[in-house]
Amino acid sequence: MSLLSNATVLFGKELRTEFRSRELLTTTVVFVLMVVVLFSFTFDPSSLESRRFAPGLLWLAFLFAASLMLQPCFLREQTNDTLSALRLSVSDPFAIFLAKLAANTLFLLITELLMLPVFSILFNVPIGSVLASLVLVFFLGSLGVSVTGTALSAISAQARMRELLLPILLLPLLTPVLIASTEATAALLDPAPAFRKDWIGFLAVFDIVFLTALWLFGEYLLEE
Amino acid sequence: MSASIAGPAIRFDKIDKRYGGLYALRRVSLEIARGECVALAGRNGSGKTTLLRVAARLVRPTSGSVTFSDEVVGDDSPPAPVGFVGHATMVYDELTAEENLWLFARLLEVRDAAARVAELLGEIGLYERRGSLVRTYSRGMRQRVAVARALLHRPAVLLLDEPATGLDSASVAWLASTLQQLRDSGCTILMSLHGESEISALATRAIRLEAGAVAADSGDGASLRSILGFNATP
Repeated sequence: MSLLSNATVLFGKELRTEFRSRELLTTTVVFVLMVVVLFSFTFDPSSLESRRFAPGLLWLAFLFAASLMLQPCFLREQTNDTLSALRLSVSDPFAIFLAKLAANTLFLLITELLMLPVFSILFNVPIGSVLASLVLVFFLGSLGVSVTGTALSAISAQARMRELLLPILLLPLLTPVLIASTEATAALLDPAPAFRKDWIGFLAVFDIVFLTALWLFGEYLLEE
Repeated sequence: MSASIAGPAIRFDKIDKRYGGLYALRRVSLEIARGECVALAGRNGSGKTTLLRVAARLVRPTSGSVTFSDEVVGDDSPPAPVGFVGHATMVYDELTAEENLWLFARLLEVRDAAARVAELLGEIGLYERRGSLVRTYSRGMRQRVAVARALLHRPAVLLLDEPATGLDSASVAWLASTLQQLRDSGCTILMSLHGESEISALATRAIRLEAGAVAADSGDGASLRSILGFNATP
């Protein structure tokens, strides 16, 4: 069976288990909602100020939510040693990563898209005219977070102090993604919106580089 | 069994496995013939689980190799052609028995997966409850699903790590009957055991591990009964 077929089957499993338990989505949506609402009350900004600092706050909230979401990604495969069953069943272990990072990207993207209208209202930032470009930035940023986070989740799941290890490893590695995503978002939310190809290109390159590294070395991350 | 294997079903060649400075396995060399039902005995920490996981290619040996037929465990080895039943059930609590078996059947490229899943659900006596989440099952029912998962692709070699742990007598009897059928049909079985049961009585050969090394092997003339430390009949 091809890599993509295996990954598709496993992606279906990820969606089924998540939509049955709603553990990850519920946690992250509630968390991001709380952060966005709290920020809006704390800063009480004008529209112009919002456009300046809100993209940073928004991506910070997404980043914290992602670290919450990514933690159980491989941890819950350890409960019944299902990771071993998967390793015994797939011909290419990258299929396991591919399915998990696709699911994480989707869940993160759903969280972001649900938060977008709330953010727009609370921070008084119109987004209608740049919605498509924003979705592209969110997708590339979320993919970068998920690729890196899924790999680190596999590492931290086998370590002691795993709850602490993932954020410690994740936050420095994701700093470039955070900067690029924030800059690209800020440019789109500007009174004179701009599609910053440089930052968006940077995000795409980051995603490709880390995806390739995961494809090449991911197998070793799953070993006991 | 579907796979055709020439020579021994499994050959362990000078297997070492170290965790830091600690040897989990030390120069283990064994040949398991086709159709043998081998019981691994030994105290906790003697290396039984590590040996089984090395055989399943879940753990990479520090040195040495494991051969199935004419293939050798190397850096780019595919999954081992085995069925593996571990300490844990290795199935998803959030999925039903049918969904679990269907998932692994598709990953393992089982031919006519729907029919095979239905057949196994019938064999493990869970066809009527196939739509219930595994988390609602008893320990014995979960273990049945675990065995069914390992048998989905009709493996030529079955590895079991203390399969009777936590099972009641009825479940142990069912497991023993299933393993006996497999043994009689030519499946090679390598299992670690603790204590006497109907399952240990199936062993045709026994090997005792001590501190990661083979201490006794009934294949070399030692008494099977004395290795297992209780009554066992081929």
